[in-house]
Amino acid sequence: MSIVQSFRLAIKSLAASKMRALLTMLGIIIGVAAVIIIISLGDGMNNMINSEFEKMGTNLLQVQVLGRGTSRSVSDSEMYDLAGAYPQYISAMSPSVPVRASLKTGGEVSSSTSITGVGEDYITVKALELDQGRFLQYIDVARMQKVCVVGSYVDGELMGGTSLGQKVRIGGQEYSVVGVLKEQADNTSYGNDNAVYIPYTNATRLNGDASITNFQFTASSDQTNSQAKAVIEEKLNRVYENDSDAFMVISMSEMMGVLGNIQGTVMTVLIAIAGISLLVGGIGIMNIMLVSVTERTREIGIRKSLGAKRRDIRSQFIIEAGTTSAVGGVIGIVMGVGIANLVGPLFDIEASPSVSAILIAFGVSLAVGVIFGYLPANKAAKLNSIDALRYD
Amino acid sequence: MSHLIELEQVYKIYHMGDTDVHALDGITLHIGQGEFVAIVGQSGSGKSTAMNIIGCLDVPTSGTYLLEGIDVSTMDDDQQAEIRNKLLGFIFQQYNLIPKLNVLENVELPLLYSGMDAASRRQSALTALERVGLADKAKNLPSQLSGGQQQRVSIARALAGNPSVILADEPTGALDSRTGREVLSFLQKLNQEGNTIVLITHDNSIAVKAQRIVRLQDGRMIYDGPSDDPRAVVQPMESGGEEEMNL
Repeated sequence: MSIVQSFRLAIKSLAASKMRALLTMLGIIIGVAAVIIIISLGDGMNNMINSEFEKMGTNLLQVQVLGRGTSRSVSDSEMYDLAGAYPQYISAMSPSVPVRASLKTGGEVSSSTSITGVGEDYITVKALELDQGRFLQYIDVARMQKVCVVGSYVDGELMGGTSLGQKVRIGGQEYSVVGVLKEQADNTSYGNDNAVYIPYTNATRLNGDASITNFQFTASSDQTNSQAKAVIEEKLNRVYENDSDAFMVISMSEMMGVLGNIQGTVMTVLIAIAGISLLVGGIGIMNIMLVSVTERTREIGIRKSLGAKRRDIRSQFIIEAGTTSAVGGVIGIVMGVGIANLVGPLFDIEASPSVSAILIAFGVSLAVGVIFGYLPANKAAKLNSIDALRYD
Repeated sequence: MSHLIELEQVYKIYHMGDTDVHALDGITLHIGQGEFVAIVGQSGSGKSTAMNIIGCLDVPTSGTYLLEGIDVSTMDDDQQAEIRNKLLGFIFQQYNLIPKLNVLENVELPLLYSGMDAASRRQSALTALERVGLADKAKNLPSQLSGGQQQRVSIARALAGNPSVILADEPTGALDSRTGREVLSFLQKLNQEGNTIVLITHDNSIAVKAQRIVRLQDGRMIYDGPSDDPRAVVQPMESGGEEEMNL
């Protein structure tokens, strides 16, 4: 029996009883659509999270020194030396010192503006971009120049877009604005754009506390995050005599990995739940195929009397079951992609059903039909020709 | 001489609870190439069982059945299917066409199962349909044809594979008498062209169209001879009566 004819027969009988075919396929349609929606939205969410991380710099490593219960501390020059000693792992480093003072522009005090003391490489480490002027330079840091770089919110909203070259007051001292950064977070007062960067040497002086507790490193490439983390930890362990509570090294790529794992687990659970619908759909197909075998007992008898072997009958019914579920799978894929594209924007997610997800969904639905069609097909194949011929 | 069909001491025994029913009780029957034989009997005579065994739809409980010298009495389901496909052509009372397939596809079925390629399948099926005069109905569905036409389609299907034996099981049972006569004369014509035909019927008036009559009663053969012998159509007194002589 040719596959082509079995396939044509299957399509014909689906078309002949559309309502029944639709009900038979419903479980598969719902299951496949659900899987596609979950995968599409999940991938979209993943892409969104990744791009957020990329904005922060995926190769970023944050060192937080807690230094509890110890008189030891690590100095900025030690950290610069460390970065210099491993150029193969670390491409840039900057201290980061939050300043406990307010910004005053003109006569106004902006207490919401964050003021941070940083090194000249901070722009590289945080992947910031300049809009006007220049960033802080080594000489500014070394000579404790009273210069600053402002975020786009400070420039646009607080200083009327003309901040470059003007003066601002920080902790009672006057700083000249030498650079303006490009907008990075929607230009809101609570985002990264409401910020001022000054040389960290000035910041420690302003704070009246010489110890620096936060350092930001950039690994030299995607592949060297863990080595960079290892050399930093090794250094800090030496300084703090293996007191692991004294410091933290957080790698963004590790955090991304952890988030990715959590998301992967959630996705797997959701897909498994949707998969139950495929199972139910498979049972629906098996049920209707058993009915179909009974209805077509006489046809089976005729075919056998004309020389159809068991495998001919079996493959005919398996192809029919597979065709039913595959058609259901295609409908489910189309519905799933459609719904994902409708729902995605509601969550600010760009749904992106991957080709492999679609192919797998199609393959699984086909397999469900073939697996659940086997039992009815085998029943048909084993029918006794004489009884089948006489069946009314 | 070796015969096309050789049944030797064939028994078919069904177990019904505690009792054994001898549907065939030691039948020995030889049918040669080119013969037109009618197997006649009332219901329960064993003629249907005989047809099932000759048609390789069933195997005897004991005894041997050689078809073209091949022992088919111990074959399994799939082996029998292959024999049916290659050596036998069936014509049924209810035509047994598949309603969803058109006339041509129905006639192609046995060729499909023999593994013939699509082009020659179509050619052979069309040739068979031409022989029964229905080539112009090739694309019609069976339900669009009259009973007589449907039976001719089923004859075409039986002929398509060029079988050694054509088995006709009450081929006129569902037809009016005029159409039934047409079908019978067509079978006679096929026989004159050299086809071996085995006709199973309960109806003497149909059986006499064959050259030879084999009469069964209670699983035994009670007559085997030419159809023009008066004894061929005489019902034994104990199970029928003269009214069966509906010539």
